[in-house]
Amino acid sequence: MVSQGIGPTVITIKFFSLIREAVEVEGLSLEWSPDLSSVAMVKAELSQRGANWSDALSHPNLIQAVNHKVVFEDNAVADGDELAFFPPMTGG
Amino acid sequence: MTVLVTKDSIDLGNLYQVFVERYPSAAVANFAGHVRDHGDRESVDCLELEAYPEMAISQLTALGVEATSRYGLHAWQVVHRYGELSVGEPIVWVATAADHRADAFAACEFLMDTLKTDAPFWKREHSGQESSWVKVQTRDLERKARWLGGSDTA
Repeated sequence: MVSQGIGPTVITIKFFSLIREAVEVEGLSLEWSPDLSSVAMVKAELSQRGANWSDALSHPNLIQAVNHKVVFEDNAVADGDELAFFPPMTGG
Repeated sequence: MTVLVTKDSIDLGNLYQVFVERYPSAAVANFAGHVRDHGDRESVDCLELEAYPEMAISQLTALGVEATSRYGLHAWQVVHRYGELSVGEPIVWVATAADHRADAFAACEFLMDTLKTDAPFWKREHSGQESSWVKVQTRDLERKARWLGGSDTA
């Protein structure tokens, strides 16, 4: 997604299940910058918030999604994107 | 063709009736999954289902499109609940309509086997004062893996 206006641009981040419980928030927004242009970079930024964040985001079975699609860590993140972090899904 | 992700209770009889009236077909298969009274825990009082509804709709729609492509469905529908559910309540309902039963059965099974690990829902079992997140079952991963090789490998 490309920003059409002037001013701060953001990415939205959501957390679910035990990842949400570990970081103690359902979601947040970050001002997007080139320093947050991949999922791995967003994880690195968030992991600086504390041990509970770094532990949750380094969970071996962590799944990440960008704009509702499951992606690898090297997936690009752009202004306006929605990221999500969660454990393996148990629907049905 | 239709995905519904809802906190509301669902009426399986009504869902089936509406489906077959809207999509009259020679072969209709449907499956309902209900809350069981045991699971990772020895006894379960109720189930809490967390959802990422926007992504769930996107993922379930993609699975329905894939099922249609593989089995030539006339129609399909997936209804998945979230929120707090009591033992015995339906969690999920899948219906498929085709010319022949083999395609309807296979598509229904494909949808169930893939949505369990590809649709963003997370179960939490409650028993008395205790609760815990349900872990992914190896058998569910194995059943999903059967479909990954293409349309004829299940």
